[in-house]
Amino acid sequence: MTAIVLDQVDEKKRRFLIVATSAASAVAAGGVAVPFLGSWFPSARALAAGAPVEVDVSKIESGQQITVEWRGKPVWVMRRTPEMLAQLEKNDALLADPQSGSSKQPDYVKGAARSIKPEVFVAVGVCTHLGCSPTLKKEVGAASDMGTDWPGGYYCPCHNSRFDLAARVFKGSPAPTNLEIPPHRYLSDARIIVGEDQKG
Amino acid sequence: MAVTNKPPVTGAGPFNGVLTWFDQRFPLMVLWRTQLTEYYAPKNFNVWYFFGSLAALVLVIQIVSGIFLTMNYKPSAEHAFASVEYIMRDVPGGWIIRYIHSTGASAFFIVVYLHMARGLMYGSYRKPRELTWIFGVLIYLCLMAEAFFGYLLPWGQMSFWGAQVIINLFATIPIIGEDLSVWIRGDYNVSDATLNRFFALHVIAIPMALLGLVAAHLMALHETGSNNPDGIEIYENLDPKTGTPVDGIPFHPYYTVKDLVGVAVFLIVFCAIVFFSPEVGGYFLEYNNFIPADPLTTPTHIAPVWYFTPFYAMLRAIPSFFNMQVWGVIVMGAAVMIFFAMPWLDRGRTKSIRYRGPIYSAFFAVFVVTFVILGYLGVEPTNVWGEFPKGIPMVGGDYIATWVARALTAVYFAFFLLMPWYTARDKEKPVPQRLT
Repeated sequence: MTAIVLDQVDEKKRRFLIVATSAASAVAAGGVAVPFLGSWFPSARALAAGAPVEVDVSKIESGQQITVEWRGKPVWVMRRTPEMLAQLEKNDALLADPQSGSSKQPDYVKGAARSIKPEVFVAVGVCTHLGCSPTLKKEVGAASDMGTDWPGGYYCPCHNSRFDLAARVFKGSPAPTNLEIPPHRYLSDARIIVGEDQKG
Repeated sequence: MAVTNKPPVTGAGPFNGVLTWFDQRFPLMVLWRTQLTEYYAPKNFNVWYFFGSLAALVLVIQIVSGIFLTMNYKPSAEHAFASVEYIMRDVPGGWIIRYIHSTGASAFFIVVYLHMARGLMYGSYRKPRELTWIFGVLIYLCLMAEAFFGYLLPWGQMSFWGAQVIINLFATIPIIGEDLSVWIRGDYNVSDATLNRFFALHVIAIPMALLGLVAAHLMALHETGSNNPDGIEIYENLDPKTGTPVDGIPFHPYYTVKDLVGVAVFLIVFCAIVFFSPEVGGYFLEYNNFIPADPLTTPTHIAPVWYFTPFYAMLRAIPSFFNMQVWGVIVMGAAVMIFFAMPWLDRGRTKSIRYRGPIYSAFFAVFVVTFVILGYLGVEPTNVWGEFPKGIPMVGGDYIATWVARALTAVYFAFFLLMPWYTARDKEKPVPQRLT
């Protein structure tokens, strides 16, 4: 065995080896982290549970709203009255984003009503502020408990965001954008499917 | 090796033999002396100095009660709520273990907030104790994470919607936010996957980090020695004969015994809450959390538990700008993170508030009051103080509490950001040579 002579240690080579080993270890540690961090993404089962849901809209009375579950979130389906639809056209001045230009919605819902058929309104009932579910306040004026000039809409109890009956956010609310309209299409006059886009 | 060179342990009566055996294989006596019997602490510790050892006590209480809770708790969306009720009603002694744990959570924050206030008052974050302070702030962050993850586990309405709101804070980050929040939840909504991983973080990951940080906090503290209410370095005035600080006394037995008195008083209060009022009027255990989680119905009023409310009030007060609502999140994060900068923001020449000038004392008093009012506003709904009359420019029709919270948020940050300026200009009093 040869004795190690300290003054003959090749410092340059030693430093190179230390840096190279550290760099290789860092890459390896990064690689090992991939499956662990990846395990936090939704599992195959959770993805499958996010499948589209069918809703029968023929049973909803005019002025009534039902809530269905899609991807674990509440989705509102509401049949709006002609008065409600007429009111939507008058709300523009009060709204932060009346044309929904910066809000999340499919291309095929346009205008003030934000729906495929004007009366049947479909929206994800999750506030764009911090994810609470707003409450329906469809009465107009004092009866709504929302003040005498309330035009009808939704109210989020968590942080006081206010929306009209097309889920468009009123100015001065903490929510930055209108509520999301989920992809949906009509299977027939009576049935819609939430979670699938309308073709064409 | 040194094994046989070490002198035998004396003074422990019948245990001399076994202690000698250990000491020759483990740095037993060295640790005992350097960390306890010959670790000199300033002789003038007052009541504020109880809260460090009390924090350690609460940590032990939480770990022990937590271990026993996991033995009957089921971390699944289907069974979690029922398993907590099972612990409360059917497990022998289960109710007291659960109330100890829930009371311990709030007690932890009470003790830690008082401990931090002590550090601010006496300048314990100043050179050379910056690292002790930084480890302490990291402990505080871990504690907030631990409390947040643990709060989801009972799977009540407040558990669910509290987690929903906090996770959605991350969704406000531009571009990656949406995917990031799905990644944190493991699903499109707070769900079974979220509960299961929060359980893992709450019982394993964060407690381990917490223990490591507590060790680092204490090691850094014992390297520099403790600060004291006068903010004078006792190691700068040594007895020429013994070489020990003239104003110091050994931690053991003097402060171990003193801390035991603090422990006794603390446990009297703690037990009174556990036995007679574990909910503390909805502040320690929120009433809405006795309703099982319902993803489709948000409770009419959501508030986090009291220890988060000062920061929550800031979050809620900040409006969205440029169609982005990330600002409130940034302000809330900055309000916590700014504690890290304390050692470098303070330019005062004295450490303790006893010798500071009137400007610092005034700023500190206003800061404490601000923190408390923000905490109150965070508990209450935003309409608590009504609205400004319509017609007033700017604020007409807005909630009064929202604008108060905005003003107090500004005051909160002013305390920190103006600190380099006002501490350097303050008229400070002369600091005595010896402890008073």
